[in-house]
Amino acid sequence: MSLHVLATGPLALVQDRGRPGFAHLGVPRAGALDRPAAALANRLVGNGPDEAVLEVVLGGLEVRADAACWVAVTGAPAPLLVDGVARGHDRPEWLPAGATLRLGRPATGVRSYLAVAGGIDVEPVLGSRSTDTLAWVGPSRVAAGTTLPVGRPRTEPRPLDVPHARRHRPLRLFPGPRADWFAEGALEVLCAATYVVEADSNRIGLRLDGAAPTRLRETELPSEGMVLGAVQVPPSGRPVVFLADHPPTGGYPVVGVVHPDDLWVCGQLRPGERVRFTPARPPSPGWGPGAATG
Amino acid sequence: MLAPMPVHLREFGPAAVLAEVDDAAAALALATWARSRGVAADEVVPAARTVLFDGVRDRRALDALIEAWSPGEAAAPGGLVELPVTYDGPDLEFVAGAWGVDVAEVVRRHGAVEYVASFCGFAPGFAYLAGLPADLAVPRLESPRAQVPAGSVALAGTWCGVYPSGSPGGWRLLGRTDARLWDPAADPPALLAPGTRVRFRDAS
Repeated sequence: MSLHVLATGPLALVQDRGRPGFAHLGVPRAGALDRPAAALANRLVGNGPDEAVLEVVLGGLEVRADAACWVAVTGAPAPLLVDGVARGHDRPEWLPAGATLRLGRPATGVRSYLAVAGGIDVEPVLGSRSTDTLAWVGPSRVAAGTTLPVGRPRTEPRPLDVPHARRHRPLRLFPGPRADWFAEGALEVLCAATYVVEADSNRIGLRLDGAAPTRLRETELPSEGMVLGAVQVPPSGRPVVFLADHPPTGGYPVVGVVHPDDLWVCGQLRPGERVRFTPARPPSPGWGPGAATG
Repeated sequence: MLAPMPVHLREFGPAAVLAEVDDAAAALALATWARSRGVAADEVVPAARTVLFDGVRDRRALDALIEAWSPGEAAAPGGLVELPVTYDGPDLEFVAGAWGVDVAEVVRRHGAVEYVASFCGFAPGFAYLAGLPADLAVPRLESPRAQVPAGSVALAGTWCGVYPSGSPGGWRLLGRTDARLWDPAADPPALLAPGTRVRFRDAS
């Protein structure tokens, strides 16, 4: 079966868990920004964790299915209509053959996830169906007129599942590898301030306006590998939290790293919203430096 | 000769470690060696002076592995790729001026070097090729070009690079090649994966 795309909002993309393993060739990992929401959508319709879903920015998506199927919408609470009738969030819904599904603009958050039983079955690129918006590796962005193939459902939907708590707590922050490039207490500066999300935030990074830690070294940092959640401080002083489509290498010092379990929040913050950091508990013993040598 | 610096490890969040070494050659050597030993990490990313190990599944095993590496040991040589180049780039004259030679000599010197792909970055399949001697370093453009065509062969500092796709760029353009630098259907998808040796042949 397939979904015919009739309309999209600002941006709709196919995403799965991304394509790790190619950073050394210059390829971003991509993948859903709100991973728990995408995983929940897959579970609700009986998909495995690696199936691809649609990541829909600020609603506006309209699709028609050519065969009946189970669907689920999670993440930002975009009002869901099936042939004009309101349906629920975070639960499996039946989409009859020929029916039109429409997502309205969510009152909060940015990204909603639409899973279809069987998964969006576009051709994988380097083992993943995710679209990377930095280098545009993977499928093209979803546009009106596109037909998206859907795979064969594996199991029945699983209606009894719960979304994770979606409260926006402060982002837990680990020290970064270049914290020593900043004046002492750089992490404390970050954790004491309140930041405002900037309008040019996207899948590459969450750009923040607010107090900048003082940089000590003015020498240029040779490019080095970057991780998901790395907080870079460019010369503008405005911190950037690297998200799924971040460049695999970068030349600005990384002062901190956001806890992986808090990254979904970064994908749901709107421009103008406020965000804070808080120190993360250090990783478990045996992880720290010199653990092998005692 | 100075003894090579021991590897210095920097913590990079709860699942990654940044290993600092002397230079790009040492980074490539460590990354190649760690991969050949089956290091348990999702990503092994060499760069100018570091190797990032990300998605590390066993930190103690990684520490032991890095400790067992001998700095100063060169990377096992990779495969050789020869790229035909039409030397008609807009910065040929500039490079000739910077080197104090004529254009024919720029072509000769550029083609006389065997380069090694140290690491990738900037774009999928864009390799930083090491090998140009320090006295042939050239500065980048003061403001980057809005569009550099795919296949452009270029210099910045002592690095040589080939643009896999059209993009903005600030490197000095010597010419162009028809070779396909990036092909997601190929294995590996990058023609110039780290460790690959590269020669340029004048096809003007």
